[in-house]
Amino acid sequence: MKSKLNLNKDNVDKARNYAKLIASDIQKFINRHTTVSVERTVCRFLGIDGVNELGVPYPNVIVDHLLKNDKLQYGVATFIASYLKYERFPLQDLGTRIDEGLSDISKYDVLDKKEVYSILSKYISDSLSNVRQNASLRQSYYDKFGKKEGPLLYVIVATGNIYEDVVQAKAAAVSGADVIAVIRSTGQSLLDFVPYGPTTEGFGGTYATQENFRIMREALDDIGEELHRYIHLVNYASGLCMPEIAAMGAMERLDMMLNDSLYGILFRDINEQRTFVDQYFSRVINAYAGIIINTGEDNYLTTSDAVTEAHTVLASQFINEQFAKLAHMKEEQMGLGHAFEIDPDVENGFLYELAQAQMAREIFPNAPLKYMPPTKHMTGNIFRGYVQNALFNIVTTTTNQRIHLLGMLTEAVHTPYMSDRHLAIDNAKYIGTTMKNFGDEIQFKKNGIIQTRANKVLDDATELLREISAIGMFEAIERGVFAGIKRTKTGGKGLDGVRAKHAQYCNPIIDHMIKELEGGEIDEL
Amino acid sequence: MSYDLNGKNFDRNLDLKNLRPYGDTLNDGKVQISFTLPVPNDEKGIEAARALAMKMGLPNPLIAEAITLDPDHTMYVVYGTVNHTVDYTDIVVQTVDAPSLSRHEIEDLIDAEIKRDVIVVGASTGTDAHTVGIDAIMNMKGFGGHYGLERYRNIQTYNMGSQVSNENLIRKALDVQADVILISQTVTQKDVHIHNLVHFIELLEAEHLRHRFIVIVGGPRISHELAKELGFDAGFGPRKYAEDVASFFVQELIHKT
Ligand code: B12
Repeated sequence: MKSKLNLNKDNVDKARNYAKLIASDIQKFINRHTTVSVERTVCRFLGIDGVNELGVPYPNVIVDHLLKNDKLQYGVATFIASYLKYERFPLQDLGTRIDEGLSDISKYDVLDKKEVYSILSKYISDSLSNVRQNASLRQSYYDKFGKKEGPLLYVIVATGNIYEDVVQAKAAAVSGADVIAVIRSTGQSLLDFVPYGPTTEGFGGTYATQENFRIMREALDDIGEELHRYIHLVNYASGLCMPEIAAMGAMERLDMMLNDSLYGILFRDINEQRTFVDQYFSRVINAYAGIIINTGEDNYLTTSDAVTEAHTVLASQFINEQFAKLAHMKEEQMGLGHAFEIDPDVENGFLYELAQAQMAREIFPNAPLKYMPPTKHMTGNIFRGYVQNALFNIVTTTTNQRIHLLGMLTEAVHTPYMSDRHLAIDNAKYIGTTMKNFGDEIQFKKNGIIQTRANKVLDDATELLREISAIGMFEAIERGVFAGIKRTKTGGKGLDGVRAKHAQYCNPIIDHMIKELEGGEIDEL
Repeated sequence: MSYDLNGKNFDRNLDLKNLRPYGDTLNDGKVQISFTLPVPNDEKGIEAARALAMKMGLPNPLIAEAITLDPDHTMYVVYGTVNHTVDYTDIVVQTVDAPSLSRHEIEDLIDAEIKRDVIVVGASTGTDAHTVGIDAIMNMKGFGGHYGLERYRNIQTYNMGSQVSNENLIRKALDVQADVILISQTVTQKDVHIHNLVHFIELLEAEHLRHRFIVIVGGPRISHELAKELGFDAGFGPRKYAEDVASFFVQELIHKT
């Protein structure tokens, strides 16, 4: 892509380097810690699933048992290996046996890593080969139907009832949606367990459960066959169960996952230490499963000003890029977020939006950027809202964003109706067709408003990253650098689920995934 | 379609006892609506849409467009003349009746009548993670050019943020000896806000604290009427700012003492 913005390349390099320093500093912290959700994820990959009669998932039963006996610092794997070695009951029985007081796995001595690997190797290779199969199945769909060029039309369903979501999702696919995101119920991000089974009762969204994932995947595959298109499925690997949901997504062939610890910290008050550790494992899982992540910097502009704070979005994208790299993700998996959120009353606001969208494309040329429509300045005037969305669609098409979240004309009114979604898709398709190559035909005036704006945002982002690299990420968040929201290192929810690793700690799943990722054995996306 | 130039024989007078919608001529009664029916897009569907519009009070509806959403769902855009009227003179709305004062007037009133700082605790409660509304009212910066309560010389504010449980909010209000509790609710799907707000009032009542505080709720779907119905002292919806709510609670506090 030829640069249209005359961006200061030195600044881009500098910004990237600062971001690298910031992320690797946090990574040191991450490497020394584990969490309850990381360990529950290990359980899930070993094939432990299901809930007891109180509805407590067995991964929670097992991990809580170790936590109570102060053994979590070793990781759950060694104890599960000991259980298999000494007790010789099937792995599926472990949860019930702990519940009934028949097994106390916390009493076993910690095994040597090699022995843990060898006892668990059958379970690990079973579940990881299932994940790899999902990735290659996705690839075979692309081979069969072809991979769509240009923006992927992305809409949400949020009825609260998975079966109703299926109806809405299929209708959206028929209208032309390429990507369906099932929005989660309010409050799920703060649950320290993953609900189980199909669900029909959610508020503002539908619970993320493995069974709900399966139901929606099947429905989208069916409709995709009919339409001869691959319909992508999205959910949220976020909140207190970030890596567990990433695991479920990998097992049920989701294609994209919202996955951003900064979003959880700022917008759900999740503890920083907890979610940085969780995010790392979840990104490794996503990397391994060929899943594209979506990051949440677009949300900053709902609580802070989209003109004066645009650089915080860019700075955060740089940091998220480095976090993703440390988790062995390819650039093609980094759906970095940004948004069209400038107040419609701002003079030349459209030019700024165009500048920023183009800037993001030039700075992250290989990333499938996630571009968010206007939300904050949408009002009950749906007619005006439809125009706002059209302007957003023009920017998306002109700058060729990859993940095109469609704006709903009723954004300020309710979670979308079927007809709202159809009108949104219609709007995007119209502009996508009538302006298809518009972006290729235009250049921006040298040092005009657009070029100047892009360089200003880049300058400010570089300066901000320099500051953050000097004080560290924890301190920066404490000062309210992002979204104008302040959080402390020990505040928020979930810190009690964090443990410093013991020297004998072992997580065979992540070790295995990283080994394969470094060897480049996973299928191309 | 008619070319009859005398067709629009509507009453030329505005009759507030029989108020009708305005399209392009007084009293023409023109409205537009749209809805989706879970049926295929064909003549029968269009007829069903017409029949439904007629039942809504549009005797001669025009189905301007029938849009296929999928093979089993069709959206209709409908225009028509509504045959209902309303008596505007008879309409009463419950509104907060305290007059709205300016920030300085409020500060002066507190000095003169209350003679100490007014203490306000606020939060976005339950599972609600939206803070922009409560911040608009409470934080220094305020919203849309209206400073927030924190800016007021003699109002002390404690903004607890979002996802705050009703229990914690009440505990905090007791701890800091609050005069006023402000609650913001944004998510309303399946009436989640109603359940949460009712629970809050029940908690207060169970602890015999209902009259200890002035309790106020706000949010994009909150009206004063709803708030009163749920047992709050007042409710504030869109386009309300710090001075509106402060005018109310300061005057209430003065009444109370
Ligand atoms: C910004 C935003 C977010 C941000 C919030 C960031 C933050 N920290 O607040 C983020 C991205 C985090 C978010 C998340 C979600 N959101 Co949201 N969000 C919005 C959005 C775009 C704008 C809301 C806003 O900030 N308005 C500006 C403020 C100033 O307006 P206001 O709140 O009405 O406040 C004014 C008055 O009402 C009043 N007021 C408000 N509170 C109070 C309190 C008192 C005491 C008083 C006196 C007055 C008062 O004064 C204010 C100034 O005039 C709206 C869509 C829209 N355009 O309205 C959706 C919207 C509110 N969100 C919605 C939903 C469903 C969600 C989620 C539940 C989605 C999900 N399933 O994850 C999550 C929330 C999860 C949770 N646990 O709650 C729905 C709500 C639907 C409904 N009615 O139930 C909306 C309408 C979008 C939609 N169409 O789906 N959201």
